Amino acid sequence: MIEAVGLTKRYGDKTAVYNLSFQVRPGAVTGFLGPNGSGKSTTMRMILGLDDPTAGQVTIGGHPYRKLPNAPRQVGALLDAKAVHGGRHARNHLLCLAQLSGIPARRVDEVLGVVGLQDVAKRRSKGFSLGMGQRLGIAAALLGDPQVLLFDEPVNGLDPEGILWVRNLMKSLAAEGRTVFVSSHLMSEMALTADHLIVIGRGQLLADMSVRDFISHNSADFARVRTPDTEPQQREKLTASLTEAGGQVLPEQDGALRVMGLPLPRISDLAHDADVRLWELSPHQASLEEAYMRMTQGAVDYRSTVDQRAGFLQELPPGAVPPPQMPVPGQGQPGWYAPPPPQQGGHPFAMPQGQPPAGPYGAPAVPGAGEPNPYAQPSPAPAQPAPAAAPDLTKPEDAR
Amino acid sequence: MSTPQPPTHQQAAPAPNWQAAPGTSYVSPIPITRTHLGHALASEWTKIKSVRSTMWTLGVFLLLVVGVGLLVAVNTTTEDYTEVPYTIPAFFGLILGQICLITLGVLVVSSEYGTGMIRTTFTASPQRYRVLTAKLIIFFVVAFAVSAFAIGLVGLFTSSLHDGESGTPWGRSVLMGALYVSLLGVLALAVGSMLRHSAGAITTMLGVVLVPAILPAFLMLSDSMRTIGEKMMEYNAPNALARIFELDTDSGTGGSQLALLAGVTAAAIAGAYALLEKRDV
Repeated sequence: MIEAVGLTKRYGDKTAVYNLSFQVRPGAVTGFLGPNGSGKSTTMRMILGLDDPTAGQVTIGGHPYRKLPNAPRQVGALLDAKAVHGGRHARNHLLCLAQLSGIPARRVDEVLGVVGLQDVAKRRSKGFSLGMGQRLGIAAALLGDPQVLLFDEPVNGLDPEGILWVRNLMKSLAAEGRTVFVSSHLMSEMALTADHLIVIGRGQLLADMSVRDFISHNSADFARVRTPDTEPQQREKLTASLTEAGGQVLPEQDGALRVMGLPLPRISDLAHDADVRLWELSPHQASLEEAYMRMTQGAVDYRSTVDQRAGFLQELPPGAVPPPQMPVPGQGQPGWYAPPPPQQGGHPFAMPQGQPPAGPYGAPAVPGAGEPNPYAQPSPAPAQPAPAAAPDLTKPEDAR
Repeated sequence: MSTPQPPTHQQAAPAPNWQAAPGTSYVSPIPITRTHLGHALASEWTKIKSVRSTMWTLGVFLLLVVGVGLLVAVNTTTEDYTEVPYTIPAFFGLILGQICLITLGVLVVSSEYGTGMIRTTFTASPQRYRVLTAKLIIFFVVAFAVSAFAIGLVGLFTSSLHDGESGTPWGRSVLMGALYVSLLGVLALAVGSMLRHSAGAITTMLGVVLVPAILPAFLMLSDSMRTIGEKMMEYNAPNALARIFELDTDSGTGGSQLALLAGVTAAAIAGAYALLEKRDV
């Protein structure tokens, strides 16, 4: 059980983490998400007592980390796979950590086997690949057989077999009743591994809820309906019929319809009543990635811009046509990933209830516009999450 | 979660109870021991013997002290040792060799900061003072044993080569010489812990050793600086070693120089402890 209360960390005048409060509970895998530079690693370091919080506190099982009597036996952590002395071989690295907390040496050989490094145990870790380094870091975290485990980007650099292994490892650790706290940028992996999510952006809490709630609050499920391409009037007819029945219908670029607010059988019935044939009627579940992108789009610090290559382009001969530039999805377009919210004007995520919808960060995203980020402006109530207003619904989300 | 309570039926709350009823929280079958300095000492011993920088610096140190010592020993005559101890050939090697111990002392701690290992170490032992204490003890013992062995070896070789009839007992110079260079290394370790940067700490330590040896030549030029220059001349590291090996017995045998180094080292260690607990890693 990890409990943070009002956790704040400032480096000079830069606030890395502000007023963060959350609980990480045993028996579940809790994912820790946020854009680059949002304060995830700082939070992890404060949990482990490496950095002292400027304000607030974080405890593990009721004690600050540095007050735990034999900390590695209660908390295991993988912070940075490269945080080893490269000149020391893998077994000695683990051995010196084991000796530090009175763990018998045979446990070292056990965890080397668990992470699959027994064959390179006597090789210096300098020559390890990123994936092998991760395995060594995971071995160090498992060494004390602790009740609480923290992993910062554990699957970084692992091969597909290793990713699957880590996924199952996390789940089995949680199933044994341990507290597992994992940060990752791989949304597909998180969707498969985590039960609960804590999302931060710019050092502040954005969401603390189960994965399912997170997705359904931040992105809508919808049905895709396709009428025969040859008969456009059928499409009009169905749109009218569905709208009349209370559904929300959006046209997609390729002629299909996106229907929200109506269950699939009802859509089928309505089509039948309207005498419209269907070529497709398919359910679409929003992904964690969509939900995450939507939630954090205002809190991204490092965003790519379109590569202009200005000044490097040779002047074209008269009459020549410049080659068409294909847009890269997401590049220079802050709102690209935003799927529609569950309902218009609704709360995109249901963290603390009863927030007014006019949040400081909720301006609809304008693709490609160089407007100042509203998130970056000082806010009088900083801990307030961002209930976004309804975004531009006509944007073709599936164009990527 | 203070006291574990048996699961009761009244906990049928609508929200899932994450607070883990007893039995669901994990208990390791490996017995948990209460950690103490002994664990940290074992860990640091594993660390210091498992990196190549230890072998390199101590290897070069032995090569310099013993190698140069033996070369000097065979080029001296028995008459040279009537008033000086047999360990004197080790002095010339120690002047260079002390830099190896300084380098090792710095690396023992700063290599952990350079590689990021320190975060792993302090996660495994949040009692940071214990880690630093273990580092200081292990390094001092290793440095003292190796330097006493090297000086002693040179002394034995020289005495067997030159009849062993010197009027001066040389046991004291083995211990004090080893103590002086080991303390220099410990000072380097403390400086490395404060600066957290290998190159910076080694450079600082070279300055501490070399500047007082070079600067007096310039300070002596002006009358107002003369007393400072004389003090520096008296207390710089090469001169302190020279006195310990009784090259110049008129002005003491290095006791006050050793005391000064011990004082400076103690102050640096105190500073290292104070910063260690306060700073983020």
